[in-house]
Amino acid sequence: MRRVAVVGVGQSKFGELWDKGFRDIVLEAGREALEDADLEGKEIEAIFVGNMSGGRYLGQEHIAALIADYAGLAEFGIPATRVEAADASGGLAVRQAYMAVASGMHDIVIAAGAEKVTDVGDPMEILSASVDIEWERFVGGNLPALYAIIARLHMETFGTTEEDLALISVKNHRNGALNPKAQFQRVIRVEDVLNSPYVAEPLKLLDCASVSDGAAAVILASEDVAREITDTPVFIEACTQASDYLALQSRKDILTMNSVVKAARESYKIAGVEPKDIQVAEIHDSFTIAEVLAYEDLGFAEKGEGAELIREGVTEIGGKIPVNPSGGLKACGHAVGATGVRQIVELTLQLRGEAGKRQVEAEKGLALNIGGTGATAVVSVLGR
Amino acid sequence: MVPRSWRKIKYRYDLRGSYCENCGNYHYPPRNFCPTCRRRGKVIETLFPEEGRVVSYTVVREKEPYIVALIELDNGARVLSQVCCDPSEMKIGMRVRKAFRRYGEDNEDGIIHYGTKFVPVN
Repeated sequence: MRRVAVVGVGQSKFGELWDKGFRDIVLEAGREALEDADLEGKEIEAIFVGNMSGGRYLGQEHIAALIADYAGLAEFGIPATRVEAADASGGLAVRQAYMAVASGMHDIVIAAGAEKVTDVGDPMEILSASVDIEWERFVGGNLPALYAIIARLHMETFGTTEEDLALISVKNHRNGALNPKAQFQRVIRVEDVLNSPYVAEPLKLLDCASVSDGAAAVILASEDVAREITDTPVFIEACTQASDYLALQSRKDILTMNSVVKAARESYKIAGVEPKDIQVAEIHDSFTIAEVLAYEDLGFAEKGEGAELIREGVTEIGGKIPVNPSGGLKACGHAVGATGVRQIVELTLQLRGEAGKRQVEAEKGLALNIGGTGATAVVSVLGR
Repeated sequence: MVPRSWRKIKYRYDLRGSYCENCGNYHYPPRNFCPTCRRRGKVIETLFPEEGRVVSYTVVREKEPYIVALIELDNGARVLSQVCCDPSEMKIGMRVRKAFRRYGEDNEDGIIHYGTKFVPVN
């Protein structure tokens, strides 16, 4: 296996992008990544696209060929592949691109993630297609409801409170206010979260990430090629993926995401690191409780003690392990298939020292991208 | 939606799951393949006990709020279902029993979806 480096990153703004179409935002991200890598475009040997539901969000399938075409790469006929694992689609695209380079099959590839959710239909309802439609959604178990069931049991079992969850949202909004590409660039208070209406008790509106439009792209290259292209390669030291039972009812313990535990363990082993070595993390906070669970399942805290990290400020910018300096899904907006790629964009900027006002001190970073309620998890460890 | 609902009626109207005669585990919803034994498994369909306890729950605050709960039946299998009661009655650990209830309809002229919900055991 060859070492793989990120040599270029790009991202559209996330949010309700009414004046832009799917093609516009993907190309915006792709163009920025090419400019960042100082490539012309024809050097790209393959494209991997993470997209959850072009069919339902846009009525458009065959997304990968569409993107290759409008990126001006149809003339070269390079392979373009879409991958899907609900809102972990972006993480999958990065992993496929990583494997393509690590294996020696390709030298330079692009992984993109994109979703345009505001054109058609109900974004949260379509995102809820990530759960078991016949056995969870049928009885009213949409995505917020299932995370709420996890949250209630975590509170009952470990004493986590609604205020703890609110602190996660407040932290991520505070970070998002420093990120010019975030959907919500404003600071909120704990009372704002606690006074926001319940969506599914105990989760409130401001515990839930908004389903948003957005695109992100990263260009990966083999180590040799990367060193020719850039003086600041950021290496993907591990990129692992794991699955779990699709429905909560099939899992023995809903307070642990086994996919996250497994993917994280494998990543730590491959990268030769331990949880304590991670200095910055981008974590899938589709709901605030998901960030608390991730603290535990990634080994940043013991099971049941995740909320202590947020109470003690450990995961703030300036804390021991800053989590979601970008603002996370909560403040950036959750552009579904784009999210997993956006996380790698953020870590790359952080490790290069190009993250502006939200810059943290770090040489090792971790990304966690989750599909649905955890039936898919992708973990990456990046290092400078 | 109609064909999908139609072929699920047997499972929606009763609490029917699968039992693996090889390992003795129950699964809901029914599976063709036992996740413990896979090819060695011997899976049969069976009716499940009608009572259990609430593992956790939520009140979904839509126009008409409803309660969704994860319920552990007395054979150890877990079922996601709705509970019919006042939200203030809900407690983790409470005993509930299966009931036959309406879930919704496709539209005014469409089919009505019935299924299993749970009610508190007093």
